[in-house]
Amino acid sequence: MDLAYSEKYQGFREELRGFLTAHGDKSPPPYERGKPSEQAVAWQQLLIEHGYAARTIPKVYGGYGAQPDVLEAHIIAEEFARAGVRAGHDGDNRLVPTVLELGTEAQKEWLIPPSIRGEMNWCQGYSEPGSGSDLASLSTKAELDGEEWVINGQKIWTSGAQHADMMFCLVRTEPDAPKHNGISYLIFSMDTPGIDVRPLVTMTGEAIFNEVFFTDVRVPKDQIIGRRGEGWFVANNTLKHERGGLGDPNQAESRFHHIVEIMHNETIDGQRLIDSPVYRDRLLKLQGEMLAQKFNGMRVLSHFAKDEEPGLPRWIVKLNGCEMNHQMAAMAIDALGELGVLYDDSPHLRDEGVWQQRYMLDLGLIIGGGTAQIQKNMIGERALGLPKEPKANSD
Amino acid sequence: MDFGLTEEQVMLQDSVSGFLASAAPLEVVRQAADDRETQVAAIAQGLAELGVSGLLIEEDFGGVGLGMLEAALVQEALGFAVAPVAFTASHVMVPTVLQMAGSDAQKDEWLPRLSSGEVVAGVAVTEQIGRRDSGGISIGGDSLSGQAMFVLEGADAQVLLVADQGGGLHLVEAGDFEVVPLKTIDRTRSVAKIEFNNATTQLLPGSSDSREPLLQMIDAGRIMLAADTLGAAQHMLDRSIAYAQERKQFDRVIGSFQAVKHMCAEMAAQLEPCRSMVWYAAHAMHAVPEESRLMACHTKAHLAEVGRFVARTATEVHGGMGMTDLLGLHYWFKRIGVNRQLLGTPELVREEAAAVQGWV
Repeated sequence: MDLAYSEKYQGFREELRGFLTAHGDKSPPPYERGKPSEQAVAWQQLLIEHGYAARTIPKVYGGYGAQPDVLEAHIIAEEFARAGVRAGHDGDNRLVPTVLELGTEAQKEWLIPPSIRGEMNWCQGYSEPGSGSDLASLSTKAELDGEEWVINGQKIWTSGAQHADMMFCLVRTEPDAPKHNGISYLIFSMDTPGIDVRPLVTMTGEAIFNEVFFTDVRVPKDQIIGRRGEGWFVANNTLKHERGGLGDPNQAESRFHHIVEIMHNETIDGQRLIDSPVYRDRLLKLQGEMLAQKFNGMRVLSHFAKDEEPGLPRWIVKLNGCEMNHQMAAMAIDALGELGVLYDDSPHLRDEGVWQQRYMLDLGLIIGGGTAQIQKNMIGERALGLPKEPKANSD
Repeated sequence: MDFGLTEEQVMLQDSVSGFLASAAPLEVVRQAADDRETQVAAIAQGLAELGVSGLLIEEDFGGVGLGMLEAALVQEALGFAVAPVAFTASHVMVPTVLQMAGSDAQKDEWLPRLSSGEVVAGVAVTEQIGRRDSGGISIGGDSLSGQAMFVLEGADAQVLLVADQGGGLHLVEAGDFEVVPLKTIDRTRSVAKIEFNNATTQLLPGSSDSREPLLQMIDAGRIMLAADTLGAAQHMLDRSIAYAQERKQFDRVIGSFQAVKHMCAEMAAQLEPCRSMVWYAAHAMHAVPEESRLMACHTKAHLAEVGRFVARTATEVHGGMGMTDLLGLHYWFKRIGVNRQLLGTPELVREEAAAVQGWV
């Protein structure tokens, strides 16, 4: 057990802190919806120049060109979260690694530089009304007509489609092949005729997701990543690079500290919440949970840093992290009581209503990206070795 | 930065687990529940030969001189095996505090004998955490009177470490106290009420004007109870997975039903982070002293909660068999149940965590 970072990493952290002190005021607000503002694009460019965004993307495609290093990436995430400053991005965390690994040279030159600059924004066309957890059953089809694919069908839960410039999309191109072998991975502009984006308003009152309808959408034949029929494997190839992005323990810790502030600042009948043993015990239970997940995260990180597969500690991150974040939002709302249900621009609103938004959005994260129940299947089958459910006879 | 165990630490835990698997299988644990003396001596002897009894004791006193993380790994193995032997009080709490606050003469007298496994030492500190019934010690001159409840490893002890109201710590030798064994649900370890009537004591000099030795000893004990629960709960989870892969109903192994699979996944998802938490809390005792008390409190409380969840869920996975003495799963269930209450219930310990952070 060695918790100290070597001098190299300490130096890296110091330099990053210096950068954030000097330039942090140029950061756009931590979150904003829609296309990136000019300020956000300029900020991203500054981060790339200093190696705090697109860090491992080769220079030739506009990145910083550093070797991948898990601990450096962790330090960057930690320091940006601590400073409350907008973190940089690597274009799209699924599309860009996929193109880098499996795209042609022409595709890399076309797609990667504008993506990491934030000038080409992506949405992901995976889920369909009939294909959620069972994604490989998807039925949106693409047929080759001369030099073009012709796409017909519908996607759903497409985050950010109303603002996106491009979509990467799974479509069925080989209807007679077994379901995993009949899918291709296409990329196309959202301005292509025949695409109809209809925002889906969620319980938060905002449209984060969309339905996207395709009617005879014509896409040049070469706008495919990998070969036809291999789209399922192209899409899953990048999953191996994912490190439990959903359920990140860093975020939970900063949320926890925010709740501690609420408990110290808010009062009922003039008594601070932190002085109520009932609320306090609930806060402390959350703290215990948060610490357990934090150290599990450090353990996972250490495995990745040594290029080892962490196994079970990794499989549980999404399930536990999303649930904990949801519980934190619930705790904040309950601590605020009646004030916790205020919304929009109501008088007496606290924290701009962020806790209710989180409570609702975090429920979406428990469902999205592999539902909690699918996570439990994966934990049971892949980590614990329990048998799969037998297939229904009709399949 | 490397959050994990060294090869030596893994080997240490493997060797203790391996020994216990052969020396303390369930039949032996069952026998020990009825006849502690015969069964326990052989297991304790074997553990002493592996260096377990002197794990934390400096080499000058015949020990191995390892740290709290190694002790937690051993305790986890003991919990996994529901081993019916003294360790938490006798070989972790007492050596920790003797080395910290004992006089040279006290160290010379007791550390070598604890290290060799020749004596067992009990710890009487419950009244410093949360007094129940008639517990309470009063000190007059160099003698102690009163009674101590829930003395850890007290029924087997030749010497006791007793805390007074001021946090002073006293050694009291056998012959100067009367043991009233308390029967708990867990028959694998001894807990006793101990009565003192003008017992002669020796104060640990380092504890005369500081509560710190007492508190550090309690921190160490809490981390050990958490580690013990981790091991016991891991055993129950492993048994559940094995049973779910073997037991058939409706022509299928029950582990292929999502209802059962998800119970196992939930246990694993809750328990696995506890391992990292125990490692960190134990490591922090030496390496991150500013966090060590908070970590000891949270680790004790969190493992108590997760342990309870795993104990009942694992029992449910086994269906009616889970309730039977025949299967014997209840030894682990009960060990986890007792760990939860000793050295502070989760509710009390979380309040201490609040105090450590200045919230109370």
